Amino acid sequence: MNAPLIGARVQRKEDYRFLTGAGQYTDDVTLKNQSHAAFVRSPHAHAKIKSIKADKAKKAPGVIAVFTGADIAAAKLGGLPCGWLITDVKGEPMKEPPHPVLADGKVRYVGDHVAVVVAETAEQARDAAELVEVDYEVLPAVVDAVAARKKGAPVLHEIAPDNTCYVWSIGDKAVVDAAFAKAAHVTKLDIVNNRLIPTAMEPRAANGSYNRSDDSYTLYVASQNPHVERLLMTAFVMGLPEHKVRVVAPDVGGGFGSKIYLYAEDVVVTWASRQIGRPVKWTADRSESSLSDAHGRDHQTLAEMALDKDGKFLAMRVHTTANMGAYLSTFASCIPTILYATLLSGQYTTPAIYCEVTATFTNTAPVDAYRGAGRPEATYVVERLVETAAREMKIDPAELRRRNFIRSFPYQTPVALQYDIGDYDATLDAAQKMADVAGFPARRKASEAKGKLRGLGYAAYIEACGIAPSAVAGSLGARAGLFEAGEIRVHPTGSVTVFTGSHSHGQGHETSFAQVVADRLGMPIENVDIVHGDTSKILFGMGTYGSRSIAVGGTAIVKALDKIIAKGRKIAAHLMEAAEGDVEYDRGVYKVAGTDKQKLFGEVAFAAYVPHNYPHDKLEPGLNENAFYDPANFTFPAGTYICEVEVDPETGVVKIERWSAVDDFGKIINPMIVEGQVHGGLTQGIGQALTEGCHYDPATGQLVTGSLMDYCIPRADDVPNFQVDTRETPCTHNPLGVKGCGEAGAIGAPPALINAITDALGVREIAMPATPQTVWRTLQNKKAA
Amino acid sequence: MSVKVSMKVNGKAVSAEVEERTLLVTFIREHLLLTGTHVGCDTAQCGACTVSMNGGAVKACSMLAMQAEGAEITTIEGVAKPDGTLHPMQAAFKEHHGLQCGFCTPGMVMNAIDYATRHPSPSEQDIREALDGNLCRCTGYHNIVKSIAAGAKAMASAK
Amino acid sequence: MHAFKYHRPASVKDAEALATKNAEGRLLAGGQSLVQAMKLRLSSPTDLIDLGTIKELTGIKVSGGTVEIGAMTRHSEVHRSAEVKKAIPALAALAGMIGDRQVRNMGTIGGSLANNDPAADYPGAVLGLGATITTNKRKIEADKFFTGLYETALKPGEIITSVSFPVPKRAAYTKFKNPASRFAIVGVFVAETASGVRVAVTGAGACAFRQTDMEKALGAKFAAESIAKVKVKPDDLNTDLHASAEYRAHLIGVMAKRAVEAALK
Repeated sequence: MNAPLIGARVQRKEDYRFLTGAGQYTDDVTLKNQSHAAFVRSPHAHAKIKSIKADKAKKAPGVIAVFTGADIAAAKLGGLPCGWLITDVKGEPMKEPPHPVLADGKVRYVGDHVAVVVAETAEQARDAAELVEVDYEVLPAVVDAVAARKKGAPVLHEIAPDNTCYVWSIGDKAVVDAAFAKAAHVTKLDIVNNRLIPTAMEPRAANGSYNRSDDSYTLYVASQNPHVERLLMTAFVMGLPEHKVRVVAPDVGGGFGSKIYLYAEDVVVTWASRQIGRPVKWTADRSESSLSDAHGRDHQTLAEMALDKDGKFLAMRVHTTANMGAYLSTFASCIPTILYATLLSGQYTTPAIYCEVTATFTNTAPVDAYRGAGRPEATYVVERLVETAAREMKIDPAELRRRNFIRSFPYQTPVALQYDIGDYDATLDAAQKMADVAGFPARRKASEAKGKLRGLGYAAYIEACGIAPSAVAGSLGARAGLFEAGEIRVHPTGSVTVFTGSHSHGQGHETSFAQVVADRLGMPIENVDIVHGDTSKILFGMGTYGSRSIAVGGTAIVKALDKIIAKGRKIAAHLMEAAEGDVEYDRGVYKVAGTDKQKLFGEVAFAAYVPHNYPHDKLEPGLNENAFYDPANFTFPAGTYICEVEVDPETGVVKIERWSAVDDFGKIINPMIVEGQVHGGLTQGIGQALTEGCHYDPATGQLVTGSLMDYCIPRADDVPNFQVDTRETPCTHNPLGVKGCGEAGAIGAPPALINAITDALGVREIAMPATPQTVWRTLQNKKAA
Repeated sequence: MSVKVSMKVNGKAVSAEVEERTLLVTFIREHLLLTGTHVGCDTAQCGACTVSMNGGAVKACSMLAMQAEGAEITTIEGVAKPDGTLHPMQAAFKEHHGLQCGFCTPGMVMNAIDYATRHPSPSEQDIREALDGNLCRCTGYHNIVKSIAAGAKAMASAK
Repeated sequence: MHAFKYHRPASVKDAEALATKNAEGRLLAGGQSLVQAMKLRLSSPTDLIDLGTIKELTGIKVSGGTVEIGAMTRHSEVHRSAEVKKAIPALAALAGMIGDRQVRNMGTIGGSLANNDPAADYPGAVLGLGATITTNKRKIEADKFFTGLYETALKPGEIITSVSFPVPKRAAYTKFKNPASRFAIVGVFVAETASGVRVAVTGAGACAFRQTDMEKALGAKFAAESIAKVKVKPDDLNTDLHASAEYRAHLIGVMAKRAVEAALK
């Protein structure tokens, strides 16, 4: 038998193709007779379209067609749907304004889609796009979510005259107010969770084609969930039966949430391919991606925490305004509600929590899930409050956390979730050791001697992953199920192809999923291939987001494996002339208990496909099983991050000196891959806290940070070498005991870093991103005060 | 309007009539169909398009194909041995998990090879600074830095 | 990118003729700024005159207390040049701070100076060392070359052929980078030369300029503490998302102090 593969640092199966340039990303796919699309986008944040003249563009060299909103309306295409219905405090459904594929008389953000030009080459399409004459009547714009609700603010949508999508709440306000009234200490913070541009390295791309022979469409698209893309596009927008559309998400160069959604461009290239009878490809350049990808975060929050005299948390009260952007993106509405407010309990026994969320429309790109999606915003609120309370009450911040840790599981929070398991002391203890917290005072002294400021900050985060039990999600407004599908196809000679609905775009599923299957079947990993990302091959899939792949997609595969092994047991029993109940199975070997009789899995597979000696009266030949898995609960990864910074007070530059991360992801399939996920998540979290701030000009609504010349994602010299480790409390409700690890870093990093910076500067608050200018300005203000 | 451009790519002489405005990266991807060289930005920050020109790493999205007239270009497709054996730098990326989605990887490897050729035993900080022209959104750079250190060592000992 | 006509002259003379004939054309050096601008359709010349194969425009010569660098010499060549490192280490170091590794393999000194981006590094060295810019028509002193935002003393048809830097007693360049673009938010080049102390600032204004108050203070005593007494006013300095004029003014003081310290090392 082979060495166990689950838990092993197996090198990735997918790497060879990526390292040799053999990856196939959407833009690498060029179809026969390919044409190219360029979009005419609004240069204004808010304007009426008085007229569109496309005559010149249509006559330009290479142009095949120009389409506008009028063509889309004439074709009776629907608007882009939102997949989650939030019900507001009055029991009314949220406002869902139309989200046209191409503008219908009005544009609502810079980059909004006005028209599309299809030409022989991409440059010709761009040349002609400049010739489309659009007469705009420019309207006043609003980009700030709080300002959008003020009287007299420009109105984006008729159905939401106060620009409010919904006001939603969770928790018992009266109980929370009463707890605040008797609190010994109240900590209050105004918190801005800065808006981010996801910036996956591969810009979005789509290539649609129509096949006349069977009246079907194929769409290659940079997507995290091809089945959902197909479902939304066929059922809600194009009015097509699903079996007539194949969606392929080939290699995808990172997603981080931004490629979950159905975008206008995907619909347009698919629809247009039939109009012109040729495949239509569109690939965003970076500036276009920055303008039109769904952005992340953008919350403004008043957060309050009530404590008793010993530092026991009594209650939290949180009021958040969330920016939805100009239209509702696919999952926009559930991010600042279901995925945010439910996490406000953190790792703590806070008995009463009330959170009210106001979601508003503004003249900005739509906002949706970005790595962490709601949970980073919640963790930032909780961990900034806890750290600030500790400093105000002069209690050691780790000690304050310990006084409030949940230690008894399962634990029902006051905000709907039930944590199945965790050990928060274990991760905090380990992180403190790793960070040499005891040695910090000496290091601070050494920094001071050099004229530098040193600070240390904690964040103890929790996240809800493995989204989600469909029934729970449905009761909360989800318009889709949230299960996952998997299929195991055992070939006659014993090699295996696994089909999964979880898409991999960097996560390494082709390796970690193969490890699970190869381990259970006792075969070398080379004998197992993972197939994902093609609706014509995979039975169904809900896709990759919310750190759900191993917990939900992996479990679906395990369920299918169970069926394979069970059928194999019947075959083995027949071959060994034993009772099925006497046949034991362990990693590729069927044995008759108490004897030396055995059959290898490969022999059983061969028998299933060459069924000469086979129980035909009881079993079908072949060995191919599928399974759908709907999780029983969320999973709850948690951990502690400790960040230590040194600040140059002369310039405001923050240098991260040490980063210690201890996470509990439950059981781990491949520690190498998990560490990589943590490094990447931490760096995106560091980006949010230190370098990344999406900025719209408040007067004009122009995206100031529209290119990488101004929007700063971290480079190699912006981040430290990370120290990472794990502790393990296996998830109680899935067979692998796994929880998911993709988002943890992005969730826990911002508060740890900001807690360290405020500690170094000796200030209560600093805005993210804490750029050198912001740090310097904060120090100047402190001096002046 | 078109012009003729000729160069050597991965050891093979190539020549084509192209529009004058054709970028080197467009020539490589669309005319030669070598799609391993990627485009991740439009302002020369990301480095996904990095190729080697006459032995030095350059950004193929920031130059015209005509600027490479007569040059020797190596793309990621030309780095491994003809029998498929990975170059030591590629092997180091695999061993140290220096890639995730793979999109920035060709540019990272092309820059790393040029860098390691000139700096056989760089420090961690040196490597971080040498990556000033390459962005990665997945790995947090931690394992890329490790990969390049190991790759540089392997390259030096293979000499 | 809009369409254009491409030319590849074999000599400076041919290039001059083409540039004179095509008023809306542009000279193409390394293209690290121009090709970007054209890609974003912010610049649309009718003609591109590629200087890339004109041999007479490349090379580094050090003689008689002068470092002469051909206009088409790449930043990486200047950065790696043993001769430049020996004669003016600050200049070699500055070349190594421009853009990034790949950009330095293409970008040229002539292209950088002719473009005169307000946040470019080379103008700091040219002004800080009191270099002389040689064109196909004349020699231009550094103090008269940078005339405004993206504007220089170059006339139509005029092509930079080389730049001569007098070797200083000591010099250093410190740069505070824009975290996103890596251009200079503030760069300060300090040099103690035969003709006195020069302090040039780039990144902070419409184009590189000399900080004469600091020059005076350092002229009296070339030491970091001399800078401390100089108040830098934010008037006329740039303000953008990354740095206000006030912050830039402050950074000029900090970078200058650190440059002096580095020069004295």
